[in-house]
Amino acid sequence: MNALTMPVADGWTIAKRNTLKIRRSPDLLGSAIMFPIVFVLMFAYVFGSVIHVPGMSYREFLIPGIFVQAVLVSAQVTGYTLTLDLQKGIFDRFRSLPMAPSGVLIGQTVSDLLMNLASLVVMAVMGLIVGWRVHTAPHEAVLGFGLLLLFAYAFSWFTATVALALRTPESFNNVATTLSFPLMFVSNAFLDSSALPTPLRVVAEWNPVSTITQGVRELFGNTSAAMKTADAWPLQHAVPASLLWIAVILVVFVPLATRLYKKAVSA
Amino acid sequence: MSDAITAEGLVKRYGEVTALDGLSFTVPQGTVLALLGPNGAGKTTTVRVLTTLLRPDEGRATVAGCDVVGDARRLRSSIGLSGQYAAVDEHLTGAENLEMIGRLYHLGARHSKARARELLERFDLTEAADRPVKGYSGGMRRRIDLAGALVADPPVLFLDEPTTGLDPRARAALWDTISELVAGGSTLLLTTQYMEEADHLADQIMVVDHGRAIARGTADELKDQVGGSRIELTVTDAAEMETARQTLARFAAGDMRTVPESLQITVPVTDGPEALRQVLGLLADAGVRVRDAGLRRPTLDDVYLTLTGHQASGTDSDSEAREAAR
Repeated sequence: MNALTMPVADGWTIAKRNTLKIRRSPDLLGSAIMFPIVFVLMFAYVFGSVIHVPGMSYREFLIPGIFVQAVLVSAQVTGYTLTLDLQKGIFDRFRSLPMAPSGVLIGQTVSDLLMNLASLVVMAVMGLIVGWRVHTAPHEAVLGFGLLLLFAYAFSWFTATVALALRTPESFNNVATTLSFPLMFVSNAFLDSSALPTPLRVVAEWNPVSTITQGVRELFGNTSAAMKTADAWPLQHAVPASLLWIAVILVVFVPLATRLYKKAVSA
Repeated sequence: MSDAITAEGLVKRYGEVTALDGLSFTVPQGTVLALLGPNGAGKTTTVRVLTTLLRPDEGRATVAGCDVVGDARRLRSSIGLSGQYAAVDEHLTGAENLEMIGRLYHLGARHSKARARELLERFDLTEAADRPVKGYSGGMRRRIDLAGALVADPPVLFLDEPTTGLDPRARAALWDTISELVAGGSTLLLTTQYMEEADHLADQIMVVDHGRAIARGTADELKDQVGGSRIELTVTDAAEMETARQTLARFAAGDMRTVPESLQITVPVTDGPEALRQVLGLLADAGVRVRDAGLRRPTLDDVYLTLTGHQASGTDSDSEAREAAR
C-alpha cells in the first residue's frame, strides 16, 4: 500500500467503525435527528412569529440559516468524539499500528459527514412541512446541499484541531459553545444583518457563516429582490467565496489536525 | 542471539519532571523483561517511547531492528501493544474490534476476519465474540485487548501493566495466557508494579525508579543481591520499640525497617538462626515482651525497598507524595 491509498483504506476502516458506533449509541444519532427538528420548529414558530423580512416569508429566509447552524453544530461531534477517544486510550492503539496518521481523522470526519447528511435530510423534510420551498432548478438545489456538506466536512477538521489541542471533552465543549454562538448569531443566518449596528454589521458581513448562508440561499432561491444584499465582497459573490472559505479551512486544518494527532498521547 | 529491543540513554522530560533519566537496556530475542517500579517510575513512558507514541528527548532505541524515530512506520508492523487500560472500542463487538485492528495492520479483509475468529477462540471469547465489548467483564476486556496486540502475530510485544485492576483470579488466568504466549518465542517487554507478576512471568527483571534503572537480574539474583535472611520482630508495647531497635541494630547487615503502627521491625542479618537466637535472648534479658519473631528469605519487596528506599507496591498516596515532592 502506498502513501496515497493507505490513508484512504485506513480512513475507510475507521469510518466503518464510527458508523457502527453511531448505530449502537442512539444518543448520538438522536441528537443528530432531534436537534434539527427542534431547531426548525422553534425558529419557524417562535422567531417566525415576530421577525419579518422584506419581500418574502421569514421561514423561507430562515431555513437555509438553520441548515448552516445545524451542520455547524453537528460538525462539533467530530471534535467531541475525538476527545472521548483520547480519554479511552484507543488512540494509543491506533498510533502503535502501521496505519496512516491521517487515517483516524479521515475516518472520523467522513462518518460525521454521513451523520450530517442524515440530519440535513431530516431538516429539509421538516422545512418543507413548515413551508420552505426550493425555487431553483434541481441541479442548483443539489449544489446547495453539496455546499452545506462541504462546509460541514471542512468545519469537522476545524473542530478536530480544537479538540486535539484541548484534549478533554469538558474544555472542548466550553470552547465550542463559546465560539459557535457568536459565529452563528453575528451573521445573516437568522436576521437581516444590514439592520445591525455598524461594527456588528461588518463582522456579520465577513463572517464565513454569513457567506455560506447567502450562498445556500442563492442556490435554493430563498432570496428576495426587496432585500438588498450587502456590498461586502463575500456576500456579493457568495458561492465562490464559500468555496474559497472551505478550501482555506481544509488547507489550514487538515495538516494541523494531523500534526496534533501524531503527538496526541492518551491522557 | 540478537537483541529485539535496545535502548540507549533514553531521556524524556515533561516540563520540570524528568520521566526518563538516561535509561539503557537490551532485551534479547525470545526473552521476557519486566520493568518493575511504582507509579511514576517511568515504565509507561518507556513503553510509549519504544512503541513510537512518544519521541525521546535524548538517546536512541530500536525495536526489531527499526529505529523508534527514523523508522517508526516499519517498526509498528513488528510490534503489538496492550495498554494499561483496555484500548478497544466499547461499542464494537469483540470480533469487530479485532477485525478492525487486522485491517489497520493491512492484513486484508479475509485474513483479518479469520485471524479475529482464531484469536477469539484462543482467548476463550468465542461466546462473547458478537457482543459489544461494553458488556465484557474486566478480565474479558483485558483478554480482548491482549488479543488485539497479537492480531499481526508481531515478533515483539509490549504489555503495559496487563493485570492492574484485575481480581486475583482473573490475574492468574491472564498470567497463564501470557506464559503460553511467551513459550511461543515472542519477545516481551512487560511493565508491572507487582513483584509477584515479574517473578512469575519474566526471565529478567529491571527495577526502575525516577526514570533510571537501579538493578537488573533474574528474580533470584536480585534477591541474592539484597543478602541473606531477615529477622522480623513484633513487640507488644510501643515503649519497647526503641530497646528492640537498639538490640537488633547490633546484628543488622543492612537497612533496618520499622513500621511503628504495627510495632514491627525487619532487619537483614547474616547467619540468621544464630542471630535470631541471640536477639531473643537479649530482648528477654532487657524485659522486652516479644509478640512475634521469625526468620524469612528476602522477597522482591525487600529488594525493592533496599534498592530504592521506598515501598514498592505503589499505593497511590505514595506515588502522589513523590509527584508532589518533585
